[in-house]
Amino acid sequence: MSESRKIGDRMPPRQQRNWDARAAANFICGGAGGGLLFATALASGHGEDLRPLVAAALALVGIGLLAVWLEIGRPWRALNVYLNAMTSWMTREAMMAPLLFASGAVAILSNSPAAFWVAGLLGLVYVYCQARMLQANKGIPAWRHASCVGMIVATGVAEGVGLLCAGALVSPGLAIFGVFLAALLAVRFLAWWKYLACLRTTGVPVGTSRAFDAVDARFVWLGHVVPAVLGVAAGLAGLPLLAVLAGVLAAATGGWFKYTLVCRAAFTQGFALPRTPSRGAGSAGPGVQPGWNRARPL
Amino acid sequence: MSKRYAMVIDLRRCVGCQTCTAACKSANATPPGVQWRRVLDIETGKFPDVHRTFLPVACMHCANPPCMHVCPTTATKQREDGLVTIDYDLCIGCSNCIMACPYDARSIEHTPRYAYGEPMQSETARFDPERLSVATKCTFCIERIDLAADTGQTPGVDPEVTPACVNSCISGAMLFGDVNDPQSNVSMLLADTKHFRMHEELGTDPSVYYIWDGAKNGAET
Repeated sequence: MSESRKIGDRMPPRQQRNWDARAAANFICGGAGGGLLFATALASGHGEDLRPLVAAALALVGIGLLAVWLEIGRPWRALNVYLNAMTSWMTREAMMAPLLFASGAVAILSNSPAAFWVAGLLGLVYVYCQARMLQANKGIPAWRHASCVGMIVATGVAEGVGLLCAGALVSPGLAIFGVFLAALLAVRFLAWWKYLACLRTTGVPVGTSRAFDAVDARFVWLGHVVPAVLGVAAGLAGLPLLAVLAGVLAAATGGWFKYTLVCRAAFTQGFALPRTPSRGAGSAGPGVQPGWNRARPL
Repeated sequence: MSKRYAMVIDLRRCVGCQTCTAACKSANATPPGVQWRRVLDIETGKFPDVHRTFLPVACMHCANPPCMHVCPTTATKQREDGLVTIDYDLCIGCSNCIMACPYDARSIEHTPRYAYGEPMQSETARFDPERLSVATKCTFCIERIDLAADTGQTPGVDPEVTPACVNSCISGAMLFGDVNDPQSNVSMLLADTKHFRMHEELGTDPSVYYIWDGAKNGAET
């Protein structure tokens, strides 16, 4: 959708430009990192050395935080982010980060399943905080649905287990988690289906619909069907390379979805007139809400 | 009951002259491209049944402001009189409030911008480095409202303590006052007219009312 150059014409929704790829990177890397921590907790009883994966998960979370730090306007005041734990999910996400790094470090140093579980659950909470942070943004119709929370969490966990499967490249025993990955991709597909259904029911800006329509088929096939089939084959036949391929596809398409959500489908609310006013001798007219694919009842 | 300042905009009267926009820029020295107040020009219908509506928009100073809830630094606050404020010293410029606002009311400028590239004398004089890389928005001309406590004047009645946009309106389309006072100018006007508030379904409880018709027969909000 082309954006009007005149500020006075900004009645329809417009694509947000304030959160760019750096903000998306926080959701992509942070979600995958948190999900990977959770995945390592799930796999902690399997007998593989998962400490490199925990380190990778922490690195991902760190990269995400670095990216968002590079985006904020006043980076040297960044510690002010801790001032509103009462209502802000961004504060809560920031509070989880040091706990995540500390518990991850303990897991790496101790190699104890209990420590893996603590770090894994904190990783899951971290992903949840990111999801709620998006949902709290009422100005972006694509984000404020409750089903968006489920989609972000499902994506983070699937990415995490995908990266766990990718670890089969160095630990072939992890290929067995391909079957689990397939199950999680089925959950993510259901979450995606429900999310799109909610958007269609309540209505969203036309630009949001176009952005999701543009990726829908490829996201379903490349992000769900293909990696699920590869994952099941890898798990049942014990083929590490297939598990790696499935995992990489699951993680990459999860990141692609989040990039689309933040940078492509994030259109603003725009403005609506429940009634056009009576002016002069004319009478009041019906309402309008331009730029929406299904106008709300006016 | 504490005060709650609100703005009432009579869409029947607004002629889209953008004087309020200019008055806001003049009063608040916002840079090019940043307009805390603007007037949308909307054409609807099909010939010969067409309507043209001018819709002044800005921060709605919501009673339940999503921008305040998401702000991680508590830079965005709400005063007892309903005004939503930004503490430029606390804001980190994360833009979360911009995403949370359904009214497109907030801006962030990361670099100084001037009307003709190089700053004019007036722009240099009024340049405020505190406003760079932090969220900014309409304040309802808060310094004028605060002046009322010293002078004993009434916001919305006395021009010295009334927002610049309201003072400037050539058609009397904009009014300002305490909506919790049933005898205030805004309360009495709202009692007699049909009005709505923008995106009420989102639960923000905005403090800007738009009149679309007269002779109210039951509130239509």
